[in-house]
Amino acid sequence: MPDMQVLVNDFATKLKKHEFGGSHAAARLTAELLRSLVSQQRLSYGDQAEALIEAIRAVGEQLIAVNPVELAIGNIVRRVLHIIREEDLSLMINDVGELKLLAGSDNEDIVEQNDNPVLSVATIGARSILRTPSLHALLEYSPDSAAVHHTSSGGDCRGKYNSDKSARSRKLKHEVIEAINEVLQDIDSCHEQIAEQAVEHIHHKEIILTLGRSKTVLEFLCAAKEKKRSFQVLVAEGAPRYQGHVLAKELAARGLQTTLITDSAVFAMISRVNMVIVGVRAVMANGGVIAPVGLNMVALAARKHAVPFVVVAGTHKLCPLYPHKPEILLNDMRSPSELLDFGEFSDCMDFGIGTGDPLLHVTNPAFDYVPPELVNLFITDIGGYNPSYMYRLIADYYSADDLVVQRKPTP
Amino acid sequence: MGAQRKVGTRVSEDQEDLARVPLQAILLADSFATKFRPITLERPKVLLPLVNGPMIDYTLAWLESAGVEEVFVFCCAHSKQVIDYLENSQWTSQPNFSVSTIESHNSVSAGDALRLIYERNVIHGDFVLITGDTVSNMSLTEALQEHKERRKKDNNAVMTMVITQSKPSPITHQSRLGTDELFMAIDPYTKQLLYYEDKADHLKGTISLDKILLVDNPSISLQNDRQDCYIDICSPEVLSLFTDNFDYQHLRRHFVKGLLVDDIMGYKIFTHEINSSYAARIDNFRSYDTISKDIIQRWTYPLVPDVKCFGNCTTKLDRQGMYRALEIGQSRSAQIGPFTVIGNGTNIGNDTKISNSVIGEGCTIGSNVSIEGSYVWNNVTVEDGCKLRHAIVCDGVIMKSGAILNPGVVLSFNVVIGQHFVVPAYSKVSLLQQPIKQDSDEELEYADQSSGVADIPSITSTSDQLNGELISKLSERRSWAASEVGTGGVGYIWSVCEGGHEEEWRHSVAPIPADKLAEVMQTTDDELELSAQDGNVLPPSGELKHDFDSEDDDNEDSRDESVYFEKEVEATFLRAVNESVKEDHIILEVNSLRLSSNMTSTDCAGALFYSVMKLALETAHSSTSELLMNAASLITTWQKLLKYYLPSVDEEIEVILKFEEMCSEFAKEFSPLFAQILHLLYDKDILQEEAILAWAAEKEGADESDKVFVKQSEQFIHVSIYVHFLFHNIFSDSMQSCMWSFASSMLTS
Repeated sequence: MPDMQVLVNDFATKLKKHEFGGSHAAARLTAELLRSLVSQQRLSYGDQAEALIEAIRAVGEQLIAVNPVELAIGNIVRRVLHIIREEDLSLMINDVGELKLLAGSDNEDIVEQNDNPVLSVATIGARSILRTPSLHALLEYSPDSAAVHHTSSGGDCRGKYNSDKSARSRKLKHEVIEAINEVLQDIDSCHEQIAEQAVEHIHHKEIILTLGRSKTVLEFLCAAKEKKRSFQVLVAEGAPRYQGHVLAKELAARGLQTTLITDSAVFAMISRVNMVIVGVRAVMANGGVIAPVGLNMVALAARKHAVPFVVVAGTHKLCPLYPHKPEILLNDMRSPSELLDFGEFSDCMDFGIGTGDPLLHVTNPAFDYVPPELVNLFITDIGGYNPSYMYRLIADYYSADDLVVQRKPTP
Repeated sequence: MGAQRKVGTRVSEDQEDLARVPLQAILLADSFATKFRPITLERPKVLLPLVNGPMIDYTLAWLESAGVEEVFVFCCAHSKQVIDYLENSQWTSQPNFSVSTIESHNSVSAGDALRLIYERNVIHGDFVLITGDTVSNMSLTEALQEHKERRKKDNNAVMTMVITQSKPSPITHQSRLGTDELFMAIDPYTKQLLYYEDKADHLKGTISLDKILLVDNPSISLQNDRQDCYIDICSPEVLSLFTDNFDYQHLRRHFVKGLLVDDIMGYKIFTHEINSSYAARIDNFRSYDTISKDIIQRWTYPLVPDVKCFGNCTTKLDRQGMYRALEIGQSRSAQIGPFTVIGNGTNIGNDTKISNSVIGEGCTIGSNVSIEGSYVWNNVTVEDGCKLRHAIVCDGVIMKSGAILNPGVVLSFNVVIGQHFVVPAYSKVSLLQQPIKQDSDEELEYADQSSGVADIPSITSTSDQLNGELISKLSERRSWAASEVGTGGVGYIWSVCEGGHEEEWRHSVAPIPADKLAEVMQTTDDELELSAQDGNVLPPSGELKHDFDSEDDDNEDSRDESVYFEKEVEATFLRAVNESVKEDHIILEVNSLRLSSNMTSTDCAGALFYSVMKLALETAHSSTSELLMNAASLITTWQKLLKYYLPSVDEEIEVILKFEEMCSEFAKEFSPLFAQILHLLYDKDILQEEAILAWAAEKEGADESDKVFVKQSEQFIHVSIYVHFLFHNIFSDSMQSCMWSFASSMLTS
């Protein structure tokens, strides 16, 4: 456990210094951290799932507090919590089934011998049921599982499955780690998954506009190019970080016809554009997006000329929170020195003369909030969705209990 | 000791082979100055809160982010407090970042500190030398790389100084950090520092460079728009240098200047300039104010209140630079303006207005309070109706209702200000009495142990202990004079020490009041600005090229310059005539012009004479006689001025030549009057006969066309020769005037 604390602290300090490249890396590293946390967690007594959830929640709370703007971390923490709950649930279903199965028998040994194959089959069944992101399946099964939950919390069952808790806890841990690995795989493969859909969206002779640099967008465009689609890309440079320059270089290196424009030229060019494809930082529950600064302007321009505004984002960017004052609370005010050199402007900031009020103030927000009305389509690794469908996806990936991670633990 | 040192040198030799030497830093947790008194009598400067975090945390956070792995914190004044703070802080538990303290009780300067560290033999390679009051976010990689590469080529490159751009105010001659104007001569190609002068004020606008510098260096860039960040990358030799030169005390005044003038050892100092990143040192209250505002404006990102790589209090940033901690109590009617930081657990009452200020943790601020540009530290109570403008209020202060702090006030720890008491501007109030003896030589922050203040163990546990102390103190001397800080007030107002008041407004937190600025402007007009009309004593940074090829250009330049100079003198003179300025003042102004355009006094004489004659020409006149009258009256009026610039015959000849030039070139109207005016000038004692004779002699060999005026005044010259002859050979002094009247009458007849 102490080494775990060191790991978490190390992660937190890295997070503080903004050492992670983007939300993708942050999500990956968080998942890895939580995986090792789960594997090292010793579950000795009581409700293992509850203990695990508490441990994850505590770490998650710490990480989110360090950098509340990096929403991917919160997303992954919530997903892991959701996974634990589900795995616990499926194990419980198994237990119930097993209890029913062994209603007549008192022999513990037989139980031990018999339960393994049954359990695994049942687990797989339950998991496949629970993990299917289908409204129908959930509607059908949730009353059942709720009922199971009730029975399981009843006193008579508890003693029964406390006896084989060590096996169960091992199982739970194992399953959870497996599921986290799946999440990691999802994160790793999200670019390809999204890129696979490129052909459906990009057609011949089209002009695509994007702003700043996004790995997802790059892969998306390149996938279309590989399918022999010939199209042109307009890249807005994305001041003040000018990541667009990097993207333009990468696109040209991959053989795409690329034009670099300034951010301010977007409106002039938008009438020629067939589609705007952008990567974002986070997708909020209402379908709005937190995106690099300047994108709201692009979205408004696209709306004005009825150009589809398409957002590509992996599911790890899906945030179950609703934005409240996102321009301020979910923004990162970065250093003004990205805009101008401190040395050159320092004489404008002599507070010794005049009233002492700073006359020159430089604001450098990193993000924009694009409201859902301006987004036409989300392309995620599990398919394309309308902004109004986001809440549905969120219900599949997160459990409602975990939406507020920073909850004060009840004494 | 010897053996130990041997080990040390061996290690440093092996450095080349070692893949990586951990980067070390020496952090001086003592400024060895008294600028923050009276606050520093009770708490060391490095622990004073800067936007709600101790200064040393900013420095350590930067060191850590810059890749420094081992920091030696040198503690002297209040060493116990510093050590206790560090032990309880997160810094000691960081992976890959070790902080160890070195304690000393008898060091009085940075020099002593470095000598002590040298004795400890802990520094093995290049190290960063920094004071605990520096805020920066620069990346060290580049500077370190440069330093190391220079070291490989030249073992004498012992130090790299970090500088940044910052133009000092032309009025107050101090930088935005309140430090003195700094002049540095830097080789623009190698970035070697050649000259360093931060006390240029005393030299009254002149600085002198050693000529050797110009001989040795093909080009020198002299800059006064640079600022010293007090971040130095040093080689281990620096420490031994301090030991060898035991009189080195101050890092800049002694060490840097010492190395620069010492050409025996040949040690070199280089500079590294940063542009976009931030680095500054808190030297006085003014820089405390400036740097706080820079932090609030996020120039020090990521060392800003809502990110901050230290501390665990969450602060949120709202629009317009409003930082608020999560748990604050704020009345609905309170107005919190832009660029304000409110600490955790602070309560703010109704209709209170706060702008451009920092409020610490756990403060209670009443209703109808106005706080503007002030720094209120932790656990301060401000009762209803108080007004604070540009003040610093330390921990535990209580301001009774209606008290007013004028700009520049500093209230030290636990002071109580009585009801409706108005604290006068720039005053400092402390519970401790002002030390009577000020050892200004030593400039030592070290608290006098005998003054009754025990070192306070740690910040967290201070308040109780301090309160206890306070109570005991109160019982000791119950009778606080009501006149000091009002009825019910507790504290002494420190009197301003010798000659300090002049400096008080320069270095206080308050912006310099307009009348002071006007006053300074006036004095500079009278004194310093003499040397330049446009306020530039020196161009901000010009390269003095030591180039022989550009001589032609130089000639061209000088002609242009002399024309410009003539114009300027003329303008000055005309202004003087129109506004009837005193002669002395004209002389001063012309002198300053002369200095700034690098002219000789001969040029001045010529130019002045030219302007007088031109004025005469421009005055309305109908005939030549009238013109002569004009000229005569003007010459009479300004004869003293003209004479001032004609101390010797050379200047006089110049004037005659000038006049001749005028007459022949554009002021043809004067040509018939040449002889008469020459005579007039002679009469008024402006020209001496020697000059006229010399002029005539000079013209002897010239072309016929050139001799027009000589001929015209031939008669006069002959008389002069005659008089001269008489004067020098026959007659005594008393006869001179007599002779002259005779000669004059002869001439006019």
